[in-house]
Amino acid sequence: MSSRDQNFKNFWRDFSVNKIAVFALFIFLSILFVAIFAPLVSPTDPYDLNNVSIMNSRMPPMSEDFAGNLYVLGTDGAGRDMLSAIFYGLRVSLGVGVLSGVFALIIGSIFGISAALFRGKYETIIMRIVDIQLSFPSILVALIILAAFGKGVEKTIIALILVQWAYYARTARASALVEINKEYIDSARCLAFSNTRIMFKHILPNCLAPLIVVGTLQTAHAISLEATLSFLGLGLPITEPSLGLLIGNGFEYMYSGDFWISIFPGIALLITVASINLVGDHLRDMFNPRLQ
Amino acid sequence: MLEYILKRFGQSFLVLFIMSILVFVGVNLVGDPVEMLINPEADQAEVERVIRELGLDKPVSEQYWYFLTNALKGDLGSSFIYNEPALKLILQRMPATLELALFSLFISLIIAIPLGIYAGYKPNSKASKTIMAGSILGFSMPTFWVGIIFIMFFAVYLGWLPSTGRGEIGSFLGIESSLFTLNGLSHVFLPALNLALFKISSVIRLTRAGTREIILQDYITFARAKGLSEKRIVLVHILKNILIPIVTVVGLEFGSLIAFSTVTETVFAWPGMGKLIIDSIYNLDRPVIVAYLMIIVTFFVFLNLTVDILYTFLDPRVRLKGMN
Repeated sequence: MSSRDQNFKNFWRDFSVNKIAVFALFIFLSILFVAIFAPLVSPTDPYDLNNVSIMNSRMPPMSEDFAGNLYVLGTDGAGRDMLSAIFYGLRVSLGVGVLSGVFALIIGSIFGISAALFRGKYETIIMRIVDIQLSFPSILVALIILAAFGKGVEKTIIALILVQWAYYARTARASALVEINKEYIDSARCLAFSNTRIMFKHILPNCLAPLIVVGTLQTAHAISLEATLSFLGLGLPITEPSLGLLIGNGFEYMYSGDFWISIFPGIALLITVASINLVGDHLRDMFNPRLQ
Repeated sequence: MLEYILKRFGQSFLVLFIMSILVFVGVNLVGDPVEMLINPEADQAEVERVIRELGLDKPVSEQYWYFLTNALKGDLGSSFIYNEPALKLILQRMPATLELALFSLFISLIIAIPLGIYAGYKPNSKASKTIMAGSILGFSMPTFWVGIIFIMFFAVYLGWLPSTGRGEIGSFLGIESSLFTLNGLSHVFLPALNLALFKISSVIRLTRAGTREIILQDYITFARAKGLSEKRIVLVHILKNILIPIVTVVGLEFGSLIAFSTVTETVFAWPGMGKLIIDSIYNLDRPVIVAYLMIIVTFFVFLNLTVDILYTFLDPRVRLKGMN
């Protein structure tokens, strides 16, 4: 058995102690599957105008149209199947959340690890910027970007990256500072490896555990924040209907009692965010040596 | 010490300066300032007059200087929609937002502190585990969606509470607020509870951690040895000691409630600053957007400055670090 298999086995042994976290991981993987294969698993394509009829608008859950199609979660104001719209919405929400998380992880790690490696003025400046940014609530940072520059897919992703990078930078620097004093870094330096090589091949792999913990919790936060921004009409445009936008669409039918249009996308959002948070919470406990 | 405070002051002004550049670039360079700053119904002569007045034929650095000096004089333009100075509009709506934020802070403390103490006092009981699981759920629930559920359930379905707007305004000790009338309280309750939700989760976690730490202290053991009742230990010894750090942290985080109130105000049509900015973004009322961003950033920068300086008095470690 290779050491990688062994590592994974050890990891799984520790992880599976918490049954709730295992269940949450299972739920999250199912959601991920649905999001990736949305066109295959959805009953209809909610954005194909041939399938959508205004005659079918605002039908309650479990109702059928004249052609005998069943709408398990009902239809929205335009006659779209809610279940399919949610599947497609998960795709957009998870896509934006994960993409911005990965970019923020890369940018934050580069700044964080290089700050720990080069020290001096460079480190001071980077960490002051991180401190200042973290003193503003995330929604305010996103609001400033989107209010000043306007909405859109790229701008939402940029806003989410800006909101998150500082958390990664802080975490990466803290764990890199510990790693840098270890002997293998000294030996890499004696071999005259370039700083880039030391950063990415030696320090980064050893800082991954805390970065992954921050990564899961931040991705959950980013998904939730994107939903909020899209609901407010500041985030994604209507051409990219994320869960937040679906909930916002249902908001106008709220007073007429058509609860399903905004409740179901909200439940999908809640389950997604909660499952990621539960996994992240358990990972944090696992990697925290003080609790063991 | 003085050097540290001066440094922080300098830094705050630097942040404000960078922010003003960001807002300036966003509004005047990325977009079309003529379209943004002039009423769409203006005729050609008016457009040319404003272009000259704004100095758009001048170099960018000069344009920025013009924007900055006007902003410092308190002239952030006039709203297209209300035909009033943007600054005045925002200051008019500030009391409604502050009142909502304060009331929700109050709700979060009276709900979260008892739950947090219980969860820390009996960490392994079923109820404590439920409380902690609930707090993760609270973190995960999107505020705006919970707001919608509140309206559907309490206002539309049960019809107990009004769903939108601010209630009658009463006056007490010269302060005017809707918190002083019954009608006003019934209006503020749902939005405040909605805004408090996120805070409740974090205060529960904070209180629990604090309680678990205090319970191990010698003075608790001593109080038990003296034969004091558990009730007295919890109410006097534990509560008193966790209250100080919690009130400090929560007070400092008051700013985040104001930032998050944009969401709650939009859902509940609460006539505060947050709803004003969202409406202004919809209506492309640029002067109000610029004014709001500059005001809220200034507010946060000075809130953080105050916190930093207060910490140097409270925590000697910060003071020493600042001196090095």
